[in-house]
Amino acid sequence: MKGALIADELRVSIDSDSDIVSARQKGRELAAQCGFPSTELAVVATAISELARNIVRYAVRGEIVLRLIDNHGGKRGVEVIAADDGPGIPDLTLAMQDGYSTSGSLGLGLPGVRRLMDEFDIVSEFGKGTTVTVRKWKR
Amino acid sequence: MQVPILKQGPYLIATVQSALTDDDLKQLRDTLVDQISQVRARGVIVDVTALDVIDSFATRTLRDVAHMIRLRGAETVIVGIQPEVAFSMVKLGLTLEGVATTLDLEEGLRYLQRSGKRKVQEHEGRPHR
Repeated sequence: MKGALIADELRVSIDSDSDIVSARQKGRELAAQCGFPSTELAVVATAISELARNIVRYAVRGEIVLRLIDNHGGKRGVEVIAADDGPGIPDLTLAMQDGYSTSGSLGLGLPGVRRLMDEFDIVSEFGKGTTVTVRKWKR
Repeated sequence: MQVPILKQGPYLIATVQSALTDDDLKQLRDTLVDQISQVRARGVIVDVTALDVIDSFATRTLRDVAHMIRLRGAETVIVGIQPEVAFSMVKLGLTLEGVATTLDLEEGLRYLQRSGKRKVQEHEGRPHR
């Protein structure tokens, strides 16, 4: 996944319910600056909401970094990095399956975010934390 | 952000005015389930026109509201899901199965009126012992 940063990045620290709302609102504003149509704005905001909630639910606190990026070919997009130093995910294959959840949720968060966005990358180390990086390119 | 709940005839109408946190959603759920008996409402409308995101938690809570209200003997309709919100929900894999939805408030009221009439007819049509 390559992309150059084309504007200042926005950092939102996540440690409560209301941070989920502010992270997705800031993400939507950033994507709007980039000129995404309204359908895609909702898609980006929904993905951020799921990622931020995972932080609150599983890691208690973490950070969402929002960036406008360029693919060097004039294509612009938005990148969202959700990072925490929580317990990590013991089994990533399971966590990426629809309906799998250790918290009694619907279990659609991670696989759903992958469906919503164009690029999806996850790194998780048991006991050290999780970083999810997703991107949506403007068509 | 509290969601105002109005009583109109036999119905409760909750109109979401702005983005809701998880706690706001839980509070809305509990208030509705509680108020339904206080005012003896036959139906509940949750107007989500103002929501720009309905994620997995919101979906689950709305579904819980509808199922709890049904167990209390009344009907729930979710009205006003925006097109881009519906798009994101489907992509995420979210459904509101078993929950009535309508385009807007007007259709929601009509739905409840119809379903109320159906209930009365079923009741009257039952053979007497």
